Amino acid sequence: MNDRSERQHWMGVLARTSSHDLDRLWRTAGIAAEYRHLRPPEVGSVMVRGRTGASGAAFNLGEMTVTRCTLRLADGTVGHGYVQGRGKAHAEQAALVDALMQGPKAALMRARILSPLAEAEAARRHARAAKAAATKVDFFTMVRGED
Amino acid sequence: MYVAVKGGERAIEAAHGWLAEERRGDPAVAELSVAQIRTQLTLAVNRVMAEGSLYDPDLAALAIKQARGDLIEAIFLIRAYRTTLPRFGASVPVDTGAMRCDRRISATFKDVPGGQVLGPTFDYTHRLLDFKLAAEGEVPVAARAPLCPADTPHVTGFLGREGLIQGEAASAATPPDLTREPMELPANRALRLQALTRGDEGFLLGLAYSTQRGYARNHAFVGELRIGAVAVEMEVPELGFAIEIGEITLTECETVNQFTGSKAEPPQFTRGYGLVFGQTERKAIAMALVDRALRWKELGEEDQGAPAQDEEFVLMHADNIQATGFLEHIKLPHYVDFQSELELVRKLRREAGAGREAAE
Repeated sequence: MNDRSERQHWMGVLARTSSHDLDRLWRTAGIAAEYRHLRPPEVGSVMVRGRTGASGAAFNLGEMTVTRCTLRLADGTVGHGYVQGRGKAHAEQAALVDALMQGPKAALMRARILSPLAEAEAARRHARAAKAAATKVDFFTMVRGED
Repeated sequence: MYVAVKGGERAIEAAHGWLAEERRGDPAVAELSVAQIRTQLTLAVNRVMAEGSLYDPDLAALAIKQARGDLIEAIFLIRAYRTTLPRFGASVPVDTGAMRCDRRISATFKDVPGGQVLGPTFDYTHRLLDFKLAAEGEVPVAARAPLCPADTPHVTGFLGREGLIQGEAASAATPPDLTREPMELPANRALRLQALTRGDEGFLLGLAYSTQRGYARNHAFVGELRIGAVAVEMEVPELGFAIEIGEITLTECETVNQFTGSKAEPPQFTRGYGLVFGQTERKAIAMALVDRALRWKELGEEDQGAPAQDEEFVLMHADNIQATGFLEHIKLPHYVDFQSELELVRKLRREAGAGREAAE
């Protein structure tokens, strides 16, 4: 994984998690960081697009709520948070984790915050997929009356 | 014409106070929480998100509570809130082929790669009232089965490989947005799909049913219906690349329709397309049928004069907030208007009476 795809991965995990889970892990991680806002948490929307017939031209499907935040650590590192929903604390913590992941605390952040979040997400997805798998239809070929 | 009137402030205040009391209902019964609505009335929440055109389950649940369960009123609240949000941008078009499917069925192919997955469906239930739900029940537990990792490619892709279904024209154009510019007709397909996906479910259901009964019949099969989670990605300028900003549940329906071919096109199947926020199966199927009916002109089909083929009729009447706004405004004071009508009728009656007298 290169730097960009790695960052895309952790930003995705931070965007999809619930603010409650991130907050709980952040508090128990016991990491202090000084920062100031470059862009204070802001709630807005993103227009979600689809494609005609799943593969053709783009069309506007509807909006979703998104909260974003940008901040700078004391050492100058800039972190961005873009998260689903209207959680200002969520966006701020996501930006903070994004900034810290670019510095010497990366291993600590990964162990205490990102890995537990990714594991919880994988477990949720697995549980849902297992329930879907239980509803998969098995067809039996019926012998028809006519020859 | 509506003319502003003054007065009635005390009555309005008392009416709203009573509304709040009625909303709460019997205080001896526990109050409904927003979380209960979000997690237990999910399909109502999904409808409010789809027609409110804003994906946010917490807000939709709050709107349902505030609207006392009146879903069109709740959609109205969501639409009004939506206008207060700054827009950060538009997403990369979602990849529904990569959907993590809760449900995925095809009415055209039995042995479809990835399988037929029923998901949490009302299908095959007996539609008998379940009185156990009225009692305090146990928490039901769904069965689980080992995963067989398999991709779930789009069913229409198989027909496409043989050239048996019309391909979708790719385009890099920025799609029109009816929330930014007033809808102009004739509309292209992108604009039609935006209007349909946020349109009223009941209106689209009725129109779709009319096509099945023969008003612009186009013989639709549900090639595929899938419900599940897709990632939403957006290009973030300050980063210079796309990131996932969330995950949403969508319902997608692709219909496979007969098409005999035209001068320009060989005989092949064509498709109707429905894509809607949330688990909203009836709406997605209806959307696909109406989308297909509206494509008659580009496919060189006959204008049968059917309502579902009439773009102006469909698109200008599908929005339940526009419709209810205009419909319900007629109950507001029209005293001055009516006064002039009253004067006119009195005058005409006097003239008619004088005319009769003169004739006698």
